[in-house]
Amino acid sequence: MIQKLKFKPKSRVREFIGEKLIALNAFAALIAILLIFAFVFKEAVPVFTDSYIQEDASFDKLIFQQEYYEGRPAKWSWQPNSEAPKYSLYPLFLGTLKAALIAMLFAIPLGVGAAIYASEFASRRLREIIKPAIETLAAIPSVVLGFFALMILATVLQETLGLTFRLNALNAGIALGLAVIPIVFTVAEDAMTSVPRSLRDAATALGANPWQVSLTTVLPAAMPGIAAGVVLGFGRAVGETMIVLMASGNAAIISASFLDSVRTFSATIAAELAEVVFGSTHYTVLFMIGSLLFVFTFLINLGGDVILARLKERLQGRIG
Amino acid sequence: MPVRSFDSDVSMEEKLPAKAGDMNDKQPIKMSVADVDFFYGRAQALFDISMDIERHRVTALIGPSGCGKSTFLRTLNRMNETIPGTRMEGTVLLDGRDVYRDFTEPSAVRTRVGMVFQKSNPFPKSIFDNVAYGLRVNGIKDKQLITNVVEESLHRAALWDEVRDKLDNSAFMLSGGQQQRLCIARALAVRPEVILMDEPASALDPISTAKIEDLIGELKRDYTIVIVTHNMQQAARVSDCTAFFYEGVLIEFGDTKQMFTRPEKKKTEDYITGRFG
Amino acid sequence: MNHQAATATPTTRPGAIVTLEFHPKTRGHIPRGLTLAAVLIILVILAVIIGNILIGGISTISWEFLSHPPEQGMEAGGIFPAIFGTVALVILMVIAVVPVGVMTAIYLHEYTPPTSRTTRLIRVAINNLAGVPSIVFGLFGLGFFIAFVGGGLDSLFYAEDGGPVWGQPAIVWAALTLALLTLPVVIVSTEEALRTIPPELKDASYALGGTKLQTIWRIIIPHAAPGILTGSILAVSRGAGEVAPIMFTGAAYYLPYLPTKLNDQFMELGYHIYVMATQSPDVEATKPLLYGTVLVLLVLTFILNSVAIMIRSRMRKNRAGS
Repeated sequence: MIQKLKFKPKSRVREFIGEKLIALNAFAALIAILLIFAFVFKEAVPVFTDSYIQEDASFDKLIFQQEYYEGRPAKWSWQPNSEAPKYSLYPLFLGTLKAALIAMLFAIPLGVGAAIYASEFASRRLREIIKPAIETLAAIPSVVLGFFALMILATVLQETLGLTFRLNALNAGIALGLAVIPIVFTVAEDAMTSVPRSLRDAATALGANPWQVSLTTVLPAAMPGIAAGVVLGFGRAVGETMIVLMASGNAAIISASFLDSVRTFSATIAAELAEVVFGSTHYTVLFMIGSLLFVFTFLINLGGDVILARLKERLQGRIG
Repeated sequence: MPVRSFDSDVSMEEKLPAKAGDMNDKQPIKMSVADVDFFYGRAQALFDISMDIERHRVTALIGPSGCGKSTFLRTLNRMNETIPGTRMEGTVLLDGRDVYRDFTEPSAVRTRVGMVFQKSNPFPKSIFDNVAYGLRVNGIKDKQLITNVVEESLHRAALWDEVRDKLDNSAFMLSGGQQQRLCIARALAVRPEVILMDEPASALDPISTAKIEDLIGELKRDYTIVIVTHNMQQAARVSDCTAFFYEGVLIEFGDTKQMFTRPEKKKTEDYITGRFG
Repeated sequence: MNHQAATATPTTRPGAIVTLEFHPKTRGHIPRGLTLAAVLIILVILAVIIGNILIGGISTISWEFLSHPPEQGMEAGGIFPAIFGTVALVILMVIAVVPVGVMTAIYLHEYTPPTSRTTRLIRVAINNLAGVPSIVFGLFGLGFFIAFVGGGLDSLFYAEDGGPVWGQPAIVWAALTLALLTLPVVIVSTEEALRTIPPELKDASYALGGTKLQTIWRIIIPHAAPGILTGSILAVSRGAGEVAPIMFTGAAYYLPYLPTKLNDQFMELGYHIYVMATQSPDVEATKPLLYGTVLVLLVLTFILNSVAIMIRSRMRKNRAGS
């Protein structure tokens, strides 16, 4: 007969507490996002409810042109610190858009192009140089990219193009594009390399050469992934702060030229939050801008994730 | 030895005679299963299984892949509870106590009904720590006791001589067959009464397999063993009773020699003669 | 048998084999060239950035630079306080983010079925957290940690007339803000590591009578350790580089003291670069210090990232090999 050992009975209480503790922590991300939502929006709500604040910054005053001076035509203007404070969001919106567009114009050809090369043309050796290089680019802190744009890129642009404003949308946009390239590259390259081998083999077996396989099979199949990369990159471009803060000139002007200085939503918050009085109109509007940024990037990222999820389903459906 | 048929129109059951040579006069039935249904979510995997597992005997579970034999094995020590979404109905008794309802913690069952897996799965720890793991998670702190039990378990698993001077080496330095015997030693360390083996030798070479089979023959003196195998020759060599599963149903259960020479059901015969599988 | 070009009018007899004339195929030389150009442009720009910073900053780097505080309005001296502040900030952040991130990953992997609503909800939250602009984290740090939590602590524990104790910019609030920002990084990395654990290992632990917590503590976490480490290092690298979240939650340009209490302010490398680059009265005079600081931050970031990637690739190789 085998003698039984005296085992310590398991503590159900400890298991229960342990599990609940882990679960509680697991909800941290969820609670965090809800709290961010709540607390940022909370400080912005007075735009809709507080009549004092609405004198200068009611919601339609933020959006539409206002007749700030009698007799002068209505216009948009962002001048929170002047005697007659003006809170139009349009100049900031335009600035954000300009910088982001330039960033995408720069990042999409480079990012997608490099991804296509890495996925479809490059040898294994080359790929092992390209991917770490992109990861290195991704690792550069945005403040360093802003520094580079401010000190070096601005001078180069000004001298080659003969610009009036040293810091402008183009300058910030290019640096922003550098920050976005890794996102576009990673998502697009991932999508292309995830195209099932069986699809490529099928095309090859029908006589297609490698480029034809890429063009006719891989690129179409990965297109949603490439699109998702672009969408997520755009989200990053819109939300990025330090680069535009340092390199865009921070002038809230309305112009069609990409060579003028701009001011983006994020840079506005960063530049002005330090000096506002807690609870003032300016403070409230800054939080309003923050809420808009939050909603906008939330929607963009949601869109990007949805596209990626659907792409994954499609690709997996084809194999299975 | 009860022989049961599961044809719907024929059912017979014989009272089993007391076996001469029983070392104790406890019930010869160690574990007893009645009307067990098992579900993975909506899909039913086991249908109305009932059988008795005899003390100090080797019971083999055979059948084609996917027939439910591993699933059934795992119901005996509540290992299916580690998979979310599963449901079991019916009764499993260990020495007359309901394994699911009379034991509050599954770990209390698992220290009495141990398990050895198909692919040997030693922990990324030393040989000693592998065998000691079960003792430590069950609260044994006495270092001398642990050392003694580890040595004893390695002896019982016929591994001691090969590892006695390298107990601190990583378990991965052992060969496949040695690792499996290590897993057996690890299971033996908590001193179970029943040992469940899920295709213990299927990943091993013939020599290691033979060693494991010899080991099983020795172990049954002190333990009750239930072994799942897809190798019928192995079942014939090693077991006293055999249960044949097919698509979640227990088709036939009886004395091994009888089942392999004169099976009652056609399906059993077809499987044994290799007509499918 | 008759062979005829596919372009000929079909006057073939039934049963004849018709040859198809294929056009010469493009081999994709132009696309290859264009995409290669894209790669090269990126590599060149990367080299220019790194090279410029290296050249501009290498002469400033010295032991004195790294160990002394700044002097003469950032025109001389060193950046030791910024290094100290960055390290202190990041340590606090790691203490906050790693346990929460690891537990989240464990919960998702071990406690909930992958298709449950809870899992999907948490994942959506993680994805969204990863996409929140860094300045919005700064706003949150101000509005929640400083105003709400800090202000709340002050009104509960301190007299009305004394100045704010916790309801002001402080290294603890900055660290917590960064912890939220880097939470997705730790979770993703830990989850990747958890996926490499073979279920048989967990089964073995359960079969020996181990409980879920024991299995997590003794088997799962040790096995996932490389991934947890990778995630932590990547979080540190990210946290050391982000400026917007700490601008209003505790970072300062010049402090005569080092942060020793949780509610102290602190100097920090990234913030220092920002202020020095945009607000120096004499750009040329502060340039050496500025370039030196940028170089230090860059080197720090690169070392951290390289270590993390090395650990991760070794972990992936192990998974493939075993």
